[in-house]
Amino acid sequence: MVNTTIHLSGLVLDNPIIPASGTFGYGREFAELYDIRCLGSFSIKGTTKDPRFGNPTPRIAECPNGMINAVGLQNPGIEKVIAEELPNIKKIFGKPVVANIGGFSLEEYVYCAEKMDACDNVGILEVNISCPNVHGGGMGFGTTAESAASVTEAVKKVTTKPVYVKLTPNVTDIVSIAKAVEAAGADGISMINTLVGMRIDLKRKKPVIANTTGGFSGPAILPVALAQVYRVYDAVNIPIIGMGGISSAEDVIEMMLAGASAVQIGAANLVNPYICRDIVAALPEVMQKYGITNLEECTGGAHR
Amino acid sequence: MKQSIFTIETNVNIAKDVYRMTLIGDTSEITRPGQFVNIQLDGFYLRRPISVCDWEERTLTLIYKVLGRGTEAMSHYTPGTGLDVLTGLGNGFDVDKAGDNPVLAGGGVGVPPMYGLAKRLREMGKNVTVVMGFASAEDVFYEEELTKLGCTVKVATVDGSYGKKGFVTDLMDGSYSYSYACGPIPMLKAVYDKLPCGGEYSFEERMGCGFGACMGCSCKTKYGSLRICKDGPVLEKEIIVW
Repeated sequence: MVNTTIHLSGLVLDNPIIPASGTFGYGREFAELYDIRCLGSFSIKGTTKDPRFGNPTPRIAECPNGMINAVGLQNPGIEKVIAEELPNIKKIFGKPVVANIGGFSLEEYVYCAEKMDACDNVGILEVNISCPNVHGGGMGFGTTAESAASVTEAVKKVTTKPVYVKLTPNVTDIVSIAKAVEAAGADGISMINTLVGMRIDLKRKKPVIANTTGGFSGPAILPVALAQVYRVYDAVNIPIIGMGGISSAEDVIEMMLAGASAVQIGAANLVNPYICRDIVAALPEVMQKYGITNLEECTGGAHR
Repeated sequence: MKQSIFTIETNVNIAKDVYRMTLIGDTSEITRPGQFVNIQLDGFYLRRPISVCDWEERTLTLIYKVLGRGTEAMSHYTPGTGLDVLTGLGNGFDVDKAGDNPVLAGGGVGVPPMYGLAKRLREMGKNVTVVMGFASAEDVFYEEELTKLGCTVKVATVDGSYGKKGFVTDLMDGSYSYSYACGPIPMLKAVYDKLPCGGEYSFEERMGCGFGACMGCSCKTKYGSLRICKDGPVLEKEIIVW
């Protein structure tokens, strides 16, 4: 028998599989397809203080082994999420979720963190300071050590939930930002958000995405994510939720060996809606194949 | 929604850059005309959303136009090939709204879902008029098939090389109980402006998932934002913001 249990900031997850924010909505569509209680947790659609429509369409472009999205944090606003979605998540999922919050000012992050702090089925607060698709906020907070630390510090003051800061790879040195959020009190790091990318339509000779650029994700970015997680693992002493292109149980183990304590799966959900269920099911056999009995012990294995 | 493997039975060219593919598989999740399927193609990351032209108990008919590399690859697929398909996507048209003499307007590759709709409306005994618009004679398809269903079929081409010179709205000369439309947005808007009766129009947008998860294909309506893939692609004309 193999053990897939993961201990993460006081939470006990049945396995390290967490669908990533923005690819799983609030769980409703997937709960119609399979029993989502098989998942370790899931990260809800990035939620902001006010409702947002997001960016103009087209918001989606295809790439070799990946895709670009420029949704722009479309969500119904935190009030509705707390009144309707979190109670529904209790029914369809039951376990604690990762509450992903975004903002356009320090005050908005604090507002959302305070509100989420009061929700009993929020297990982790994931602070998105790395959305590449919004202006005047989002990634703006995640590109310098100082601003990343200031958001972390402000959020930590208003919540007792574990705070995971979601970092962008679109920086010169992600390690310095990871260290800064750790010093500011972050309980963990989620990484990596999408890479800035674009496609151009040859017929129209214009960008495919209405917002010109978007966030590039999918299997093509797995090597980038692995390298960044590997470097950050060496530099910090807080857990990492690793993500970027994961599409199989093998990828999960690879990400954990690089340094992740748990993983998120994003773009793959959009191509194969059953992928997370299938990865959970495949994990024990793949673990056995590679001689792993306790999955948790994989974390950082490539460093030893 | 269901994920299953379909086997290609035929894949033939029926008009300029337009192909008809018939597949064998489990169509049990397809419940309404105007729904779509999302097809995984070898070597392409995202699936291809294609509207359902027609379906029977084990057969699925799709008509698609070669517009990019994905549909180009699809046009070379041969009978016997297996395809991973998500079926039963989107809301589809509501046939119960049709009244006695509905008009169905299709523009270009907006025609295929009109076939499945016309077939079901004819089975219900409705007096169905189908108006179709194409760019040119070489683009025209399914006039005969729709006529065989017992529909009154009229064709217009923009350049006048086949049928009436003009647009689908130039073919609407009666009063209709209800309207169904699928085609480019300027065509839908023209139908909207021309007809006083109620209607359901089908929209398209670049999609990520096709089943409502990613918010990639959102559109604004009079009553808030909707997802073209899950809440649509068919919208009631009253809620559309042009």
